[in-house]
Amino acid sequence: MQVTVTVNGKTESHDVEARMLLVYYLREVLGLTGTNVGCDTTSCGACTVLLNGESVKSCTMLAAQADGEEITTIEGMASSDGVLHPIQEAFREHHGLQCGFCTPGMVMAIASFLKEHPDPTEAEVREGLEGNLCRCTGYHNIVQAALAAARPGALAP
Amino acid sequence: MSTTLTDGPAAGVVGTRMLRREDPALLSGEARFVHDLVVPGALHLVLVRSPYAHARVISVDLSAALASPGVVAAFSGAELAGEWGSPMPCAWPVTADMQSPSHLPVAVDEVCYVGDAVAAVVAASQAEAQDAAAAVAVAYEELPAAVDLEDAASDRVLAHSALTSNRAYTWELVPDAAAVERAFADAAVTVRERYVQQRLIPAAMEPRGVCVVPQPFGGEYVVYSATQIPHILRTMLGITAGVPEERIRVVAPSVGGGFGSKLDVYAEELLCLALARRLRKPVRWSEERSEAAQATIHGRGQVQEIELAADTEGRVAAVRVRLLADMGAYLQLVTPGVPLLGAFLYHGVYDVPAYAFTCTGVFTNKTPTDAYRGAGRPEATYAIERAIDALARKVGVDPQEVRRRNFIQADKFPYSSPAGLVFDSGNYEAALDAALELIGYEELREAQARRRGEGATRQLGVGISSYVEMCGLAPSRVLASLNYVAGGWEAATVRMLPTGKAQVVTGASPHGQGHVTSWSMIVADKLGVSPEDVEVLHSDTAVSPLGLDTYGSRSLSVGGTAIALAADRLIDKARLLAAHRLEVAPEDLSLSAGQFSVRGSPSSAIGLGTLAFEAFTAHDLPEGMEPNLEASATYDPTNFTFPFGTHVAVVEVDTETGKVDLVRYAAVDDCGNQINPLIVDGQVHGGIVQGVAQALFEEAVYDGEGNLLTTTFTDYLVPAASELPSFSLGRTVTPSPSNPMGVKGIGEAGTIAATPAVVNAVVDALSHLGVEEMAMPVTPERVWRSIGASASGTGGGR
Amino acid sequence: MIPASFEYRRAGSVEQALGWLSEDPDSTKLLAGGHSLLPLMKLRLATPGVLVDVGRVPGLSYVRDAGDHVAVGALTRHRDVEISDVARAHVPLLAHVAGQVGDPQVRHRGTIGGSIAHGDPASDLPAAVLALDGVLVIDGPRGRREVGAGDFFRGFLETALAPDEMLTEIRVRKAPGGWAFQKFNRRAQDWAIVGVAAVVNGGARVALVNMGATTVRARGTEEALAAGAGIAEAAARAPEGLEPPSDLQGSAEYRRHLATVLVRRALEEATAAGG
Repeated sequence: MQVTVTVNGKTESHDVEARMLLVYYLREVLGLTGTNVGCDTTSCGACTVLLNGESVKSCTMLAAQADGEEITTIEGMASSDGVLHPIQEAFREHHGLQCGFCTPGMVMAIASFLKEHPDPTEAEVREGLEGNLCRCTGYHNIVQAALAAARPGALAP
Repeated sequence: MSTTLTDGPAAGVVGTRMLRREDPALLSGEARFVHDLVVPGALHLVLVRSPYAHARVISVDLSAALASPGVVAAFSGAELAGEWGSPMPCAWPVTADMQSPSHLPVAVDEVCYVGDAVAAVVAASQAEAQDAAAAVAVAYEELPAAVDLEDAASDRVLAHSALTSNRAYTWELVPDAAAVERAFADAAVTVRERYVQQRLIPAAMEPRGVCVVPQPFGGEYVVYSATQIPHILRTMLGITAGVPEERIRVVAPSVGGGFGSKLDVYAEELLCLALARRLRKPVRWSEERSEAAQATIHGRGQVQEIELAADTEGRVAAVRVRLLADMGAYLQLVTPGVPLLGAFLYHGVYDVPAYAFTCTGVFTNKTPTDAYRGAGRPEATYAIERAIDALARKVGVDPQEVRRRNFIQADKFPYSSPAGLVFDSGNYEAALDAALELIGYEELREAQARRRGEGATRQLGVGISSYVEMCGLAPSRVLASLNYVAGGWEAATVRMLPTGKAQVVTGASPHGQGHVTSWSMIVADKLGVSPEDVEVLHSDTAVSPLGLDTYGSRSLSVGGTAIALAADRLIDKARLLAAHRLEVAPEDLSLSAGQFSVRGSPSSAIGLGTLAFEAFTAHDLPEGMEPNLEASATYDPTNFTFPFGTHVAVVEVDTETGKVDLVRYAAVDDCGNQINPLIVDGQVHGGIVQGVAQALFEEAVYDGEGNLLTTTFTDYLVPAASELPSFSLGRTVTPSPSNPMGVKGIGEAGTIAATPAVVNAVVDALSHLGVEEMAMPVTPERVWRSIGASASGTGGGR
Repeated sequence: MIPASFEYRRAGSVEQALGWLSEDPDSTKLLAGGHSLLPLMKLRLATPGVLVDVGRVPGLSYVRDAGDHVAVGALTRHRDVEISDVARAHVPLLAHVAGQVGDPQVRHRGTIGGSIAHGDPASDLPAAVLALDGVLVIDGPRGRREVGAGDFFRGFLETALAPDEMLTEIRVRKAPGGWAFQKFNRRAQDWAIVGVAAVVNGGARVALVNMGATTVRARGTEEALAAGAGIAEAAARAPEGLEPPSDLQGSAEYRRHLATVLVRRALEEATAAGG
């Protein structure tokens, strides 16, 4: 079936199998492999992308369901001249990543979270990341990065 | 041969919180993991796995699978049996009489755990391969399964029909049996505890993945694998698949965490290689999470008995330990050796004169176990740190005071341990003091007393864990004495490029540790270049042919030392060239910030960049000097390193529901000198959470038939940010005398320390209610039952 | 994991969806947010032949003040219920519980109708709807019918919905009094081991999560309260007549105990909040 999606500002249109999940459409059809698959039960959040600006788990959505919608993936976060998005920069500044596999999903989850909670407490950040698992960082520095990104003036560690 | 962290007074980058060079690629989605690689024409492998813990394979009917759309080939184990040069490798036959059942990548006539592969299906797409795998019909004759570890040890049910006992080996470390006997006979107080180390699923966020690209006419293979050990894997693939080693190139691209689970040689790696050879096409395999729970090794899995002999003041005179260790169904790469990595540390940080340890490895019909973050050392630390708390309760002394009374004192290092090791350096009391201050111990005890007095629903508990570990695996001669088949060295090459940049080639293979950053920092300070100007080549046997990879907190103390030594050798050569150019004696030159200058005549100087170009052009070299500035070093450590510290956990326990909340946590670690404290912090944070996860959340649960019940992240409870607090970190610095940079290792410390700190805190919160026993993971129901059992006088949790 | 193959149809209206459903009701499934169905399909525990995507059927996403009750369109996402001013003002319990479902990503996609129609006793929203004396509006080939929440949840993953019917609206009585929701789990993202939704307004309605094959009312507690018992005494009767499951997260015995603690806490909280 034909699916037309705007991904990172660019309109894409492809004929895909009905059973193709959005995450595989992004990874295999569009070659946007920054979005990862870490589980098969909607638990880990590695596949988080923005659907019309809100975080969703792209492993639990058919590509067909995204027809006509706007998707932002991790590849769409940095500006085209290579400047990292403030959330990405905060992750770097605060050592919020180690192996980097959960990172794209974390960044996208935080992007959505900060829109809904522009001035969060630490407890709210932690609650807001309940759907994203990381095995390396112990979350401490991810939480610091999210708090820093919410207050760009305080980006320095 | 000596080296220091920096030559001369120039302010270096070593010791600073330099941001990671790895991050932009990972943050932007540019980094490529195995699953991300685009390989035209690659076929997709899906395995059919046994649903039974133990069964005979009667028949494998592939006809429906072969007729399924997109299928290229399908094979039973019997059809693949001719592909293997030898069974799957185990590199650690801990005893001469160790039993090891034959283990093939695809089982032929007997499956020995749920998840054991019985057939392989290869199709044009992942979806088609999955469809076809579902159509493979396998007939089994179910056999009784050995599931429970202690039951398996009794040999009531055999895990393998070819074996006459489930016992893989028994290994003992008893330096002086009579001394131990005497100590127990004379002891005023004894403590005898039994702990269960539940099985854990490592759960690196990136599941495993393999892709093998053959060059059918050249006879060569490129193996892309999500592995921690590209070098070891290459050798083992050569032996096991019968491909000459030099025809195999192993590449570990970005690897999404390992924690020991990717320190192995797996059936799927061998299968992709064998099938690529047979089908003359690239073959790839992507592990699914629910598959990973069964097909990737588990960690821990021990039943521990520990006894302390002590006096009435709580001074420990002897430690005696008996272990049963669950091997699972087969011996993977280092399965039998894991308990041995803890065997020397069951006396912990305490100066204990008499020591006895014995361990029996037992086969069960469950997923094989192997090294998981800490590997043997978390188990040892858990046992001694919980037992020391039990002793403190028994003699009525504060747990921090009992620790002080038993610590190996700072003036005793290097310390010859009762188990036969030499602890390099330490100051255990300083770390304990710092940790207690960081957490505010006295105030916490007061708050605890208040809540007890009020009979509050939420009780407060404080748990201490003082640990030492042995890491920096490992001195090759020590490994030889433990029957490990390989050495423990690491190799490195450092070069100056013609433009004055530097290049490092390392045998260490990172998967989140930030090696590129750390190695750049070491070399930058050595050579006076910017860290950004250091190229680090790794994880590809074609560019880094020599190495022993990354595990056991060895990267810095072994691999980093090799890099530092290679850089020193490069400098030695450059010094000769500089002396030649400046027409002075080499010993008249001093090096600072990459400049050789003549002592007493600082205007006469030449930079390493210039020398690199001179060495490259080779127009005017001293007689006999070879072109280029480069040097290699292979470092074999003379001893392990012994990081240590004290962690303190604070929990609140809801005495009505049994829910435990970790509310505060302080960690003071000493890993010797630090290259990058930012990275050290990150390792500690992550390590703590894996330790907390064992204490409170995670367990691979099997039913009585050997079915794994926790195959997904909805059942296997990896904690999220919402379940955890932030951490207060502190550090003491006691350099290691064992290596030139004075470094130790920090990759496993947090995991080793955290588990007993948390469980001690839970017991501490409830001890006034009579609770002493607590099994892991500390689930709300277990806590509730413990409180109920203590209240009703039946004692103990379940 | 990749679902088995199926045919995908996108419905433009309730009528079109019902028409397709009626062609082969047993192997056709409705897809809304997909957060109950797709996970099952990925594990191949569900293999429908036809998926009818109702996600874009217009006019089914709303939270409306309807006099004595609040009407919620079946396709309203959890997030939209959570932040709805109408829900917060008149049925704060529903808004709160919608904010407790799964995790933020799930709440951005999952719908109230999908959650209710799935009939999972471990889900939070069915208990909230039951506690709020909700009514489920069902459309089908035999017309529209309304079923009280007490009659809607029939068994494990089993509801009053026939295979050819579609849940289109959820109505919940305005609840001006006190309310509370107690969700007990080990990780925030998990289903409740036990949950309690309580509404106290003169009388009390108490519904339980994961205490049986369906979401259930704590009848023993409600009766005790009606007979004038104190909160602690009434809460002790919460598990009366119930058969909670035993699973990895807790035994039936532990769930019964939890129910007494959590019901007591919920009633105390609801009463303190104005019940």
